[in-house]
Amino acid sequence: MSEKKFSKKHEWVSLDGDTATVGITKHATEMLGDIVFVEVPEAGKSVEKDSQAAIVESTKAASDVYSPISGEVLEGNKSIVDDPGNVNSDPEGASWFFKIKVKDKSEFDTLMNKADYDKFCAENPS
Amino acid sequence: MEKTVLYNFHKNLGAKFVAFAGYEMPIQYKDGIVKEHISTRQTAGFFDVSHMGQLFISGSKSLEQNLEKIIPLDFKEIKINQSKYSFLINDKGGVIDDLIITRVEGGFNIILNAACKDNDTKEIAKCLDSDSKYELKKDLSLLALQGPKSETILEAIIPGIKQLKFMNGDYFKFQGKKIYVTRSGYTGEDGFEISLPNTNAENFTKLLSNKGAKPIGLGARDTLRLEAGLCLYGHELNQDISPIQANLKWAISKRRREEGGFKGWENIQNDLKNGVSKIRVGIKPSGKVIAREGTKIFSSSGDEIGVVTSGTFGPSVNAPVAMGYIQSKFSEIDNRILLEVRGKKHDAVVSKLPFYKKSYVK
Repeated sequence: MSEKKFSKKHEWVSLDGDTATVGITKHATEMLGDIVFVEVPEAGKSVEKDSQAAIVESTKAASDVYSPISGEVLEGNKSIVDDPGNVNSDPEGASWFFKIKVKDKSEFDTLMNKADYDKFCAENPS
Repeated sequence: MEKTVLYNFHKNLGAKFVAFAGYEMPIQYKDGIVKEHISTRQTAGFFDVSHMGQLFISGSKSLEQNLEKIIPLDFKEIKINQSKYSFLINDKGGVIDDLIITRVEGGFNIILNAACKDNDTKEIAKCLDSDSKYELKKDLSLLALQGPKSETILEAIIPGIKQLKFMNGDYFKFQGKKIYVTRSGYTGEDGFEISLPNTNAENFTKLLSNKGAKPIGLGARDTLRLEAGLCLYGHELNQDISPIQANLKWAISKRRREEGGFKGWENIQNDLKNGVSKIRVGIKPSGKVIAREGTKIFSSSGDEIGVVTSGTFGPSVNAPVAMGYIQSKFSEIDNRILLEVRGKKHDAVVSKLPFYKKSYVK
């Protein structure tokens, strides 16, 4: 399993062979507040880099989750659909959103590393 | 942007702020909306609602008659220290604002929504004669304490408040200052609203906190009121919706429903006599999907029949809840409807209100 990389839209990706695991960052969950609804893509769906792939809703509002990488969805995480609150408790671990068979691994390299992402968050508070 | 006198107090408690009706108000504190909601239902929570208008009106003998022109209550029925929920009505029978009015010594105290209070004051002033005085109080704060432990907590600070019955108030003393407490609220729980001088608000709030009440933001205030089936102005109520459409006929006094004599009576009388074409209902999505404000409602046969006005996840119901307006013929409880969320239609039913059972002290 590779190191985690991060998008400006607050998703994280880790790569294992040509399988990417995508979730939302701890920072994202702190901004969203209590997560009460999650919709994940079904296996077989093809997603483009930066296109909307999942939905996350807090008590306040609904937000789109974008895929930071292109490919074909292998699996959506049913456990967070059943218990959306798990995204708050373990966003960067067990509460991943979906796994993708990656089309172009070079897309992964364009994402931020942890240090750059933390810097990005500090410079773009909201 | 205005701030209440408790702004720094909220900040120190880790509040996140949001612009609301021209004020910077706490939307949530460190606990977050769901925990704050549950704390209110299980123990007690306090809310800074000082942004709301506190309008005091005093005047001559004709004051009640004048107020009856714009508020559809039977003012003779309102006893001293009794509170009533009602509205300001416009010429078309629409709602200018919803309010709580309490008869106090020498006049009335009206609690108004923050976004509407300046316009409300103008509309009320138009109905008054020159003998009447009115003042939108800037020197007073307003706090709500809500939840099953409210009585115990408040009684320890202000002895005697436990005597108050639901929708009744009285004057009490706090640190030598006269304050006014009513037993009322906006959560479906037992609770109190405390009107007190700005200068004493922080001390008072600290005591509430020391006695175990949790700070609650506007986020949980919204999920609490929605579970309790209570309207929020600008969502369930506006200038184009009549109280009859809003299913709030009970908030128009019986004599006024028969005699009228207030603004917009012609339309309200028509609504009362002939029924309304659309009506406010509770909506319970069958799955987990949340139907937000603006979600279109369809009949089971696919015709568009209404729209959602408020929708969220109800932490105590542990399911999504919503309210909205639908064509009256579809408004029967348990009637199956469809909600269009992100292009897909989801099953839902018309639900009785409240979603969460009240526990008021009568």
